Amino acid sequence: MRQKINFSNTVTDNNYYFDDIEPPLTNKEAMEEASRCLYCYNAPCITACPTHINIPNFIRKISTNNLQGAAESILEENIFGGSCARVCPTEILCEHACVRNTHPESNPVKIGLLQRHAIDNLQGEYPFTRKSDTNKKIAIIGAGPTGISCAHKLAQLGHSIDIFEKESKVGGLNEYGIAAYKLVDNYSELEINKILAIGNINVFTKKTLGENFFLDDLLDQYHAVFIAIGLAKSKKLNIPGELQPNVLDATCFIHTIRQHQVQQNLNGKSAIVIGGGNTAVDVTVQLKKLGAGKVTLAYRRGHQHMSATLKEQQLAQLHDVHKETWFNPVKIAPLTNKKLAVTFDIHIPETPKETVTLTADYVFKAIGQNLSTQPLFKNNQNILSVQQYRIAVNDNYQTSLPGVFAGGDCISKGQDLTVYAVQQGKEAAENIHAYITGN
Amino acid sequence: MSILASNFAGISSPNPFWLASAPPTDKAYNINLAFEAGWGGAVWKTLGEDPHPVNVSSRYSAHHDMYGNLIGINNIELISDRPLATNLSEIRAIKRKWPDRAIVVSIMVPCKEEAWRTMLRKVEDTGADGIELNFGCPHGMPERGMGSAVGQVPELVEQVTAWCKHYTRMPVIVKLTPNITNILQPAHAALRGGADAVSLINTINSITGINLDTFEARPNVDGYTTSGGYCGPAVKPIALNMVSQIARNLDTQGLPISGIGGITTWHDAAEFMVLGAHNVQICTAAMIYGFSIIDELTDGLTQWMRNKGYQALSDFIGIAVPHITDWKYLNLNYKTIANINPDACIGCGRCYAACEDTSHQAIQPSIYKNQKIYSIIEEKCVGCNLCEMVCPEHDCITMIAQENKKPYLNWTQHPNNLMCEKKIEKVTA
Repeated sequence: MRQKINFSNTVTDNNYYFDDIEPPLTNKEAMEEASRCLYCYNAPCITACPTHINIPNFIRKISTNNLQGAAESILEENIFGGSCARVCPTEILCEHACVRNTHPESNPVKIGLLQRHAIDNLQGEYPFTRKSDTNKKIAIIGAGPTGISCAHKLAQLGHSIDIFEKESKVGGLNEYGIAAYKLVDNYSELEINKILAIGNINVFTKKTLGENFFLDDLLDQYHAVFIAIGLAKSKKLNIPGELQPNVLDATCFIHTIRQHQVQQNLNGKSAIVIGGGNTAVDVTVQLKKLGAGKVTLAYRRGHQHMSATLKEQQLAQLHDVHKETWFNPVKIAPLTNKKLAVTFDIHIPETPKETVTLTADYVFKAIGQNLSTQPLFKNNQNILSVQQYRIAVNDNYQTSLPGVFAGGDCISKGQDLTVYAVQQGKEAAENIHAYITGN
Repeated sequence: MSILASNFAGISSPNPFWLASAPPTDKAYNINLAFEAGWGGAVWKTLGEDPHPVNVSSRYSAHHDMYGNLIGINNIELISDRPLATNLSEIRAIKRKWPDRAIVVSIMVPCKEEAWRTMLRKVEDTGADGIELNFGCPHGMPERGMGSAVGQVPELVEQVTAWCKHYTRMPVIVKLTPNITNILQPAHAALRGGADAVSLINTINSITGINLDTFEARPNVDGYTTSGGYCGPAVKPIALNMVSQIARNLDTQGLPISGIGGITTWHDAAEFMVLGAHNVQICTAAMIYGFSIIDELTDGLTQWMRNKGYQALSDFIGIAVPHITDWKYLNLNYKTIANINPDACIGCGRCYAACEDTSHQAIQPSIYKNQKIYSIIEEKCVGCNLCEMVCPEHDCITMIAQENKKPYLNWTQHPNNLMCEKKIEKVTA
């Protein structure tokens, strides 16, 4: 039998799977929670949601035992309503805006969990149909939330879509990059199957732009191209010793865990995770759940500068993750016992600089990603304008090249969250539709 | 003696809280528990003639609000379904065991003088303190010419009351049905018949809901239901109004009233009493929470009386009656306006939605300390109270009476009143 790894426990044998960090609400809990919604006018939670889900409306439908209607209201605005309910940092979005926060003793309505309750209880297919065929074809590069969201909207509008995905599965970061305890089992796959059931969307996996095909090919065959390739290249520390075997990319590590390829527990091994974002926290918590010993989160600035939300930082704390701030790595050296020695400069403002060396079995880099440097065109020319290491687009998601649109993490707009990806895919689809139909 | 000591139409009890004639007062076992808990009295569940009635299985149904709170109960149980002799002997035993508590017996027999005479003799023999005439039960018994079928015909109310006064020394309380257009009609009839007191309200005809899969209503008796009697917190406003009408009426004022209808807390009880009820009867709250609520009721009322400096119930019974008047005597020059405390406003906008969509467009979004809040457009506010009512925050919206230096002006004095009505300067108690 596989062992569940839930909130409090860690792996004790080699058979495990991650359970939900926050369990779903029971029907009774959902009814009670729904009754806390004040049904605000012009509700701040709607404004705070990047996809503008009508939150009071769907919660009222939960209150009236209309879970189907609640789920449909959510999906209408956000086709990834199921995964967003699980992975959104609601503490900085809808729940942050909830008027219930006004009193320090009061908690916001648990919007994320209520959304999950509605979507999980949806019976049957997702309720969307295609308009009559327009005979227009669009190529989408990347089957992450941005690409799939765009494809779904375009399919609704009657277009045909081919998606090219470099991995063997669709889902992008939902499949490969989200902490295993946030999207458990094969939820991403199940959700996308439901989304793609709308039809007229063909997915070609293991097709990497710049290796298996080029933008030139697509421009000849399609009425428009949408680039949603995310950020495939992990940033480097650019310090000595970075290339040693046990210095790993955080994203690769999460990729491996999510695909169930880590089959042994970590038996008390130690790790240093370099970074201060949610991905860094994801790695630390998953390490602890897998049985790691001392796990240190080392960030080069103060905790107030960390991009990980307070809730994520607290999660790390609950898992006994050591947090070191103002730790700037300068060197990684191998030790004779196969361990790594990481030297940090400690730069606390207005205090004398110090140097500290920590040892660990593993070092993880979670310092962000950049755009892939693969060539986009056959002749090795990259003629797409790039801005701040991202593909440059205008307000309509149009790149510098006519007919080529881009959205999601690969452009410099919004935050790197699933919910922004979904919204950008949706908005890009409307712009692509306008472009190819001349409306 | 406790400041809660009550004397209702000559019947004394240690406090003014009686259990109403209903399922909780069906037998000695329950009443014993109630008196152990501290209830001041009980009106025994209605006795009828033998052979005793029979009851159906599935008897109550609930009215929940949208969020699952129980706000009302519907009931189709009939009067006592036990042999008369059993009830009478238990009444006698309970009264002996609890001499300081009020034991009133509810009675319902056909409108025949001999039937009442016979029953009264048997009840009087138990040592009970008084009788309550069940002219209110709205389900089942009216089909047999009893209960609310009597209560809805003032002549019958008067006749039966008169028989009772003639055949017993016990105080006679007439229980009134609310299933009538004007509660004053049966109240007057009871008075004419010589009633010592009235009690109201009995339950209201109701159906609580329909199952949308089976299209059957509840309480479900083999696929069918019948109109039941509605009670519980939701009926309190109806009961308060009827109590106040009897307390205000020049003929019936002073007639002791036992207030019944949705009383759940000491607060509810005090409201009935300041509106003219001399004591109160409770059923639904006990059915929902059990008899132990008597402590909250007696303690809450005592604390309030102490805070107000009242020494006895008579110090406040009816004290609010002068504040009830006819619409035509309301001061048309009085003006109140809503005020939103910006520091307490959480920006939910419910007041805005209510005023904008359904009232007078007197609320506007505004910014205060960088927060989105709402504020009142005073010139548009008619003082309707709606925003104050829908606001989820306490102390956020308050209604503020405006100093406008205009004199008292009622409808009888108003120039728009074209009916040649006698002008009345002011009505005060």
